[in-house]
Amino acid sequence: MEVTKIENVTRTFKIGKVETQALRGVNLLIENGEFTALVGPSGSGKTTLLQLIGCLDQPTSGRVYINGKDISKLNRNQRADMRRGTIGFIFQFFALIPTLTAYENVEIPLLLVGQGSAERHERITKLLEAVDLADRAHHRPDQLSGGEQQRVAIARALATQPALILADEPTANLDTANGKQVMEIMTRLNQETGVTFVFATHDPRVIHYARRVVTLRDGLIVQNGNGDQAPLPGEKYEI
Amino acid sequence: MMQLYKMAFRDLGRNRRRSFFSALALAMGLALLLLMAATVRGEMLGALESNIKLNSGHLQVRAASYNEDKTSLKWADLIENPEALAAKIAALQPVVAATPRLFASGIVSAKDSPVGVRIFGIDPASEANAPYRDGMVGGEFLTADDREGIVIGEALSNKLGLKTGDTVNLLVNTSSGDVDQQPFVIRGIYTTHTPGFDESTVLIPLLKAQAITKTENHASTIFIVLKNKADTAAVLAALPTSQYQVKTWEQMNELVVQFEQFADAYMSIFYLIILVITATVIVNTLIMSVYERTREIGILSAIGMKGGRIMAMFFAESSLLAVGGILMGLVLGGLLVFYATRYGFYIGNMGVTGMTLGERIYASLTLSDTISLTIITFVVTLLAALYPALLAARMQPVEALHSGQ
Repeated sequence: MEVTKIENVTRTFKIGKVETQALRGVNLLIENGEFTALVGPSGSGKTTLLQLIGCLDQPTSGRVYINGKDISKLNRNQRADMRRGTIGFIFQFFALIPTLTAYENVEIPLLLVGQGSAERHERITKLLEAVDLADRAHHRPDQLSGGEQQRVAIARALATQPALILADEPTANLDTANGKQVMEIMTRLNQETGVTFVFATHDPRVIHYARRVVTLRDGLIVQNGNGDQAPLPGEKYEI
Repeated sequence: MMQLYKMAFRDLGRNRRRSFFSALALAMGLALLLLMAATVRGEMLGALESNIKLNSGHLQVRAASYNEDKTSLKWADLIENPEALAAKIAALQPVVAATPRLFASGIVSAKDSPVGVRIFGIDPASEANAPYRDGMVGGEFLTADDREGIVIGEALSNKLGLKTGDTVNLLVNTSSGDVDQQPFVIRGIYTTHTPGFDESTVLIPLLKAQAITKTENHASTIFIVLKNKADTAAVLAALPTSQYQVKTWEQMNELVVQFEQFADAYMSIFYLIILVITATVIVNTLIMSVYERTREIGILSAIGMKGGRIMAMFFAESSLLAVGGILMGLVLGGLLVFYATRYGFYIGNMGVTGMTLGERIYASLTLSDTISLTIITFVVTLLAALYPALLAARMQPVEALHSGQ
């Protein structure tokens, strides 16, 4: 069953009098349980596509469906509801709230869905164990390494058991070892929980983790295949 | 809700110095409001009490035709045989003192310097005249049978360079419309710490006043002092209102009451100015906070936090600033008001026509003023958070997430 369907989506940004077309008519279907990479050079439209799938933005034309529901016309609050219940995010810059501990950062989405205290505690403990951070639960982001922060972000993204997790350049700010660890955790969680992962990257070290690679260039999907099409680790990825 | 306040508390803790100074601005604003309110209240209360004590008493009984403004000395405008009436009134249970007084206008001159004065003919032994008797700063108070003695205020003695034992010439209007003059020896000098009163009022014994003004056995008023202001209506009911005009302290101090209302309205403008300045500091602090945390707002929005909750987060911060600022403000304001209540502010001879202002203003803070100003400060601080909170809530998540990149 499809998690998201994108039909003829365009997205145009207007800065001053200049219009830039970030997406020029994209069609894409992502099935439940996929582990998909969006690849392409900077400016190809990867992040814009992720933002549209993640209800953070709205298309200029075309339709975006999440779990069969057209999200293109949702208002601000309805989009927030959709994000809260259905989508988890992992960002390039870790995106944790600096004043909260790892535990409290994971707790935010659970508080937003109104989960009870005991249930919340159980869930957070389980998630932090899943990302190997049980012993760092009460550390704040500035006391954690980049890799640890990104793992907290993964735990937070999984907190409400969303149907879809979107990751924008999740390893871009990590060294090789931490990048590998993050990708392995994401892969494991995808396999164990069946949650769909879509991640944008131009990091050739991580593309081979994807079981499907969607390549964008100049706002269009130019290649849509399985992970075998991706170059092997260490090889230069050529668009 | 607890989580919201926990986040708000920690956010304020990120920039402790800025948060502290914002709360301090709030504290100083509230402290200033409390001090201003207490000072105005104290000034009005002081003016009223002072006027009751020195000028009006709680009640006055006068002849039906007596006109206070003209200080009439015609027998028809005065009370005949005032001692008898005063004795009857003094017998009423809530009355501390009821004493005849004769008012006349005149001119005191010494060393070729004439000064217009009000002459109070008083019964020196009456409890109603304790404010003058207790305020003697030199010489002795009058006795009822003194035929040549006069007591003058300290402000007048300073003005004319007079001292106890000096002789002054007193020119007085009489009941027949003539003027008479006599030399008087200054027996003593009093102060009521009310320069406007002390400079313009001289005291002589009632009998002497009646003699010099040719108003034998007459008085302008029966001056009544009660144990408690609240007894006024009860005593008023027992007085012979059909034969005489009876004035209550409220009627005789209308100007003070009106001035108090005017002062309340006038001060509201100052309160508003202080609150707007304070609110500006809070708005500034929170706007800086919004801009510094734009990306975090984007993150929270991305994980599904709605605009209302983002607004609530900033209102929580604002309310914490308000609580901190108010607590500091109550302490700071309390200390200022304590000082102003105990030691007062010296204003000297700042006379206002119709009012008897002391040379010092003593603050008087009421619980209701404290509560209302505290609530107003809290509400204004929350209102100050409205714009920054809206700014945060209206941020587009995509733009917020990419801010600073």
